[in-house]
Amino acid sequence: MLTRYGALIFAAGFAFFLFVLFAGQPLGAPPMTVGRAVLDQAPAAVGAANIVTSVVLAYRGIDTMGELAILFAASTAVGLVLGRGRGHAAPTAEPGGFILQAGVDLLFPLLLVVGFYIILHGHLTPGGGFQGGVVLAAAFVLPVLARPAEQPSHGAMAWVEGLAGTAFIVTGLAALAFDRAFLAPLLGAGQLGALVSAGTLPILYLAVGLKVGAELASLLLRFTEEEAAR
Amino acid sequence: MSQSSLSILLLGALGLVGIGVGGLVLSRNLYRLVLALAVAETGGNLLLVLAGFRPGAAAPIIEPGRAVAAMVDPVPQAMVLTSIVIGVGVQAFALGLAIRARAAYGSLDMDELRGRMEADIDAEAGAPPAASQHAPAIARLAGQPEAKP
Repeated sequence: MLTRYGALIFAAGFAFFLFVLFAGQPLGAPPMTVGRAVLDQAPAAVGAANIVTSVVLAYRGIDTMGELAILFAASTAVGLVLGRGRGHAAPTAEPGGFILQAGVDLLFPLLLVVGFYIILHGHLTPGGGFQGGVVLAAAFVLPVLARPAEQPSHGAMAWVEGLAGTAFIVTGLAALAFDRAFLAPLLGAGQLGALVSAGTLPILYLAVGLKVGAELASLLLRFTEEEAAR
Repeated sequence: MSQSSLSILLLGALGLVGIGVGGLVLSRNLYRLVLALAVAETGGNLLLVLAGFRPGAAAPIIEPGRAVAAMVDPVPQAMVLTSIVIGVGVQAFALGLAIRARAAYGSLDMDELRGRMEADIDAEAGAPPAASQHAPAIARLAGQPEAKP
């Protein structure tokens, strides 16, 4: 009981510490030392209407690559911890009910369209490769919930993942051939707000979306396989 | 959005972090630990977004043909994207470890897991079973040298 009170006091003290820290911050009036320069220069220099996308892919492209590497490491580590191929396509797993099956059939094409829409408009509207990739992963995990016997192959997903990662790095390396920095946007800025604009940013985001989708789908499938093997 | 609603948001974000940290130190179930981590992380993300917020400013997305006076700082929003992705990776890995722990010891309760792990360590080291499950195995081994084979 005593440890419980101690834990509560610790949590309250931690919250108070954070509150004091943030009460001294200029909230509502950020200094924006980098942000102002980005807001001023990004539309003309990068050509993406979504300035967050310019930051993520053009100014911090190499960080985004590190982010992808961390996601890849996490998915590999989960695969390593849960074991590969054990309990694959458990025949005892029962298919879902009629409503789930019919709903999945209805949702699958819609989820694909929405996922690719979000990915391909990542430089124009809120969204992008990471968000659209999660929608794509949901599209491929839902059928497994409805029909556990028909597991999509991990090999195909690994191929998609690997090819998308290669495409991201090759696009980055292509900039080096034109005497630009690694992952610098090529092909010119284009017209602001057009679907084909912002140079190589849509290509990079498509690669990110496919990689995130394949990685997350295989991660979730591993969890469902582990559940079915039980 | 006014300054008062901004401070409500700040209190909410801090509250989420506080609830998450409280859950981390209070709960003994591994799955609840992962959930508490997710709640604390959500609060942290909200704090990051709030750090770039300006009252009356628009989202940092240009709509051709519509001029806006001011936009919020886009850099923290890009950071939050990174933070969310890394959070997903950490949660997935933590869940994987929890699944393995449950498969090995048949429980997600931390005290029970610790007791069984220490019993295993004792059995491996040849020490007699512990009187208290809170005493570390190493200290018990040091206190009872005659128990070693």
